[in-house]
Amino acid sequence: MEDLLNAAVLAANYIVIPATVYGCQLALGALGVTLIYSVLRFSNFAHGETMAFGTAVTILVTLSLQGIGVGIFPLPTALLALPVGILATIGLTLATDRWVYRFYRRKRSEPIIFLIVSIGVMFVMSGLVRFLVGTDDRVFDDGMRFLITARDFKELTGLGEGLAIRTSQLITLTTALTCVGLLFWFLEHTKTGKMMRAFSDNEDLALLSGIDPEKIVRIAWITAACLATLAGTLYGLDKSFKPFVFQQLLLPIFAAAIVGGFGNPLGAIAGGFLIAFSEVALTYPYKRLITYLAQSSWEPEGLLQLMSTDYKYAVSFLILVMVLLVRPTGILGGAKA
Amino acid sequence: MNYLHSRTLLFSVTALLLMTVGFVQSWNVALTILNLCLISAVMALGVNIQWGYAGLVNFGAMGFAALGGLAVVLIAAAPVEEAWRASSTQIMFCSVVTIAAASAYFVVTRLFVFTLASKKALAFFTIGIVVVSSITLMGPAIRKIESIDPSLYGYLGGLGLPVLLSWIAGPMLAAGAGWLIGKVALGLRLDYLAIATLGISEIVVTLLKNEDWLSRGVKNVVGLPRPVPFEIDLQRAEWFQHLAEIVSQPVDSFSSIFVKLCFAGLFVVVLALLMWLTESALHSPWGRMIRAVRDNEVAASAMGKDIKKVHLRIFVLGSAVIGLAGAMLVTLDGQFTPGAYQPLRFTFLVWIMVILGGSGNNWGSVLGGFFVWFFWVEAEPLGAWLIDILTLGIGEESALRQHLIHNAAQMRLIVMGLLLLFVMRFMPLGLLPEKIGKVS
Amino acid sequence: MAYLKAQNMTGGYGGADILRGCSIEVDKGKIAVIVGPNGAGKSTAMKAIFGMLTLREGDIRVGGEDISVLPPQKRVHKGMSFVPQVNNVFSSLTVEENLEMGGATSNSRLQETIAEIYDLFPILAEKRRQSAGELSGGQRQQVAVARALMTKPSVLMLDEPTAGVSPIVIHELFDKIIEIAHRGIAILMVEQNAKQALEIADTGYVLVQGENRFTDNGPALLADDEVRRTFLGG
Repeated sequence: MEDLLNAAVLAANYIVIPATVYGCQLALGALGVTLIYSVLRFSNFAHGETMAFGTAVTILVTLSLQGIGVGIFPLPTALLALPVGILATIGLTLATDRWVYRFYRRKRSEPIIFLIVSIGVMFVMSGLVRFLVGTDDRVFDDGMRFLITARDFKELTGLGEGLAIRTSQLITLTTALTCVGLLFWFLEHTKTGKMMRAFSDNEDLALLSGIDPEKIVRIAWITAACLATLAGTLYGLDKSFKPFVFQQLLLPIFAAAIVGGFGNPLGAIAGGFLIAFSEVALTYPYKRLITYLAQSSWEPEGLLQLMSTDYKYAVSFLILVMVLLVRPTGILGGAKA
Repeated sequence: MNYLHSRTLLFSVTALLLMTVGFVQSWNVALTILNLCLISAVMALGVNIQWGYAGLVNFGAMGFAALGGLAVVLIAAAPVEEAWRASSTQIMFCSVVTIAAASAYFVVTRLFVFTLASKKALAFFTIGIVVVSSITLMGPAIRKIESIDPSLYGYLGGLGLPVLLSWIAGPMLAAGAGWLIGKVALGLRLDYLAIATLGISEIVVTLLKNEDWLSRGVKNVVGLPRPVPFEIDLQRAEWFQHLAEIVSQPVDSFSSIFVKLCFAGLFVVVLALLMWLTESALHSPWGRMIRAVRDNEVAASAMGKDIKKVHLRIFVLGSAVIGLAGAMLVTLDGQFTPGAYQPLRFTFLVWIMVILGGSGNNWGSVLGGFFVWFFWVEAEPLGAWLIDILTLGIGEESALRQHLIHNAAQMRLIVMGLLLLFVMRFMPLGLLPEKIGKVS
Repeated sequence: MAYLKAQNMTGGYGGADILRGCSIEVDKGKIAVIVGPNGAGKSTAMKAIFGMLTLREGDIRVGGEDISVLPPQKRVHKGMSFVPQVNNVFSSLTVEENLEMGGATSNSRLQETIAEIYDLFPILAEKRRQSAGELSGGQRQQVAVARALMTKPSVLMLDEPTAGVSPIVIHELFDKIIEIAHRGIAILMVEQNAKQALEIADTGYVLVQGENRFTDNGPALLADDEVRRTFLGG
């Protein structure tokens, strides 16, 4: 019995909790990409850098708040700085839209042109981010590190395995849930949200109904900027902030959005968790878990790891490529291939 | 101004820029830039074949360049005989499994009727089986290989053949990968194709970074042979010392310039050959057919053109050219560093080259390769210089000034991004637009 | 003067003119139907009236006001409403959401208007929570018309509302259209089912090659030998 409990704690500690948290971060990122796709109809390659920008501003504000001794311990100061980061990112995306994308929208350019243009935006934004905070690794989580440490857990329960829950993990989960809840409430129950869905569904008819496309586009960018800053900051709190990481995150995020069905918000969330759980589950060494489950009667040779952790990102690309080839509309249905 | 005039003018400007660097900084720097400009031009030609000729979006240039680089290791590195001995049976076995799985796949797909999706799934499944069984079979052998003097070897090594052969093998390796990828991914919508190829190229580079037995991973393969003499040998050679005297240059710096000139010579030959091939292909009936397919797929398929086949061929050709550039780059560097492959530098920068030069125009791609690489390298000193001047007013020790100067290197990203945005907005056809209707 | 009056419309897409001096008018509470052979410019005339096509010559007036240069969205605010032939509902939205979108920008008394619409189309009230994409063809056409009515238009324009709808449903739909007209709305529609459409038409326009060939009230056109022989198949 104790072995089974230990196995459960082990699985929770190394698979379920990390994958859930990572899934939340991916889902938030994928929601932003999917939203832009459903309203502006292109794959925004600059989304990773948008996340980096929001996080960078949040970090800078966090640093100055720390400098003047303002904080909300046990919560990280970054939460206090977040609104500023979000506002700055909204400003950035709206300015980009005004100066870059609007021109192509008026010309009714092909989606591929938008995509190439978004690469230019990606370059500019990544330069901007590195200009703002440099290229170094930054840890900016100053809150209480653990809700419960592995040692405390062991002492409390008397089990051999420990369960550690970091504050940042709980924050990620609650913020993501609140945020997704708000987003769906917005899309389902407000007039503007419904207009956004209508625009995404049938642009021409939305125009005939007198819906102002510029307004919808603005709201899409504002929402995407909020989601991007949140996703980036939560990821940075949970791990650390390195500008180049966001470029790497772009692919798992696209993978999540496409796997779930591009343009479908529910799909983006499902995709985020699918990718996160696959990445963690495929690169976790199961040796100890199996030993517990076998009630110590059998101890397997080797680590029982399906893939080396180096291939963590490759897992998401593999899932992405497989879904693109077999069911390009995604598991929950979305844009045509 | 007509097309030929502007072409001459733009290439003269490029030459002038390089010469300015030669006079202001040093000829050594100018030649280093020139060599990488030449390689960039080749890489841009590869992407141009795919995007410019046929409208295919390949965001996997990085992967093909890395495969070309791997070819240099496989061809030219000295074989690690102990490693071969330790693993020859497993390698044989793996080859047998691969061949068996491939033939099984072909037999099954010929015998039974499949939908396209299930065929693709089956192909994926077959590849999966091959990969998994190879990993299991090779597992012990890999551990053995990787334990052989890991600080120096720890990998299979290459065939020890002349390095220039890799300029043939690299393209072939990249073409093979291009065929596989094209076969499965080319039916996709453009943006999905872009994301899929980007993902696949990341997988390729991840493999190269982690499969130490093949590529030494992040430990890098250094000391690859060169097709041109080493500086140190030149400095000792009598004829070279004479030559240095004649041009009245110090022997050591002249030797490095001489080596770079040799490389430049080789690269120019390759580029000239490629230009001749691509230009004649573009202006042949075949090239016209490709563009017809690009501009109107429906009409072209109505005329009986097998668009899939055309696209696959183009994709393979372009991949081969990118692979060639990758092989040239590793040859120039003399080392293979899988960690250096970043999509920003090896995929997106190349795209900027093609679009700036003019999609569909080979001369444009070469020009774009030169221009973009030049500014990619020179943006840093130029940016630092510019910031230095602009911030003089705010005081020598100002924190802002220090911060800006410290991060001046990031200017290149902003410059490149703005360059792409400006070109897309104000001259979407590029510096040298494709000459529409003037072919033949 | 007629409430909607399009005079001497001339123009097309790029090259050749599709409309060549075509004129169409309809009054509040009346139904005007445009019929004619394929390629006669019927749909083009509708698009021109709604501002989706720039005219070289001619002008369009609503209630005496010249709206010739206004873009389609602005014409919505002038009391015009348009039901396209295809893709005329938001298929992923519910029926009720479709109606809300119809009146999203121009209707302050949304719930009241929705209630009126449900009076007119009782079936839609039943299906209010279903997404429009799941409805049958005829019901979807009702949603499309209902959405267009949400702006409380004075002119309702329908582009082949019965395309792809079964004969019984066509009859029902025409009944609804008459009912809408009786509420004081000017109705202009293009129809393939020329005979049935002309039966309910106060004015029928037969267009040929972008010109008015015959104009008369519906029954008169149906009785006209030449019209019947050439355009209605005997």
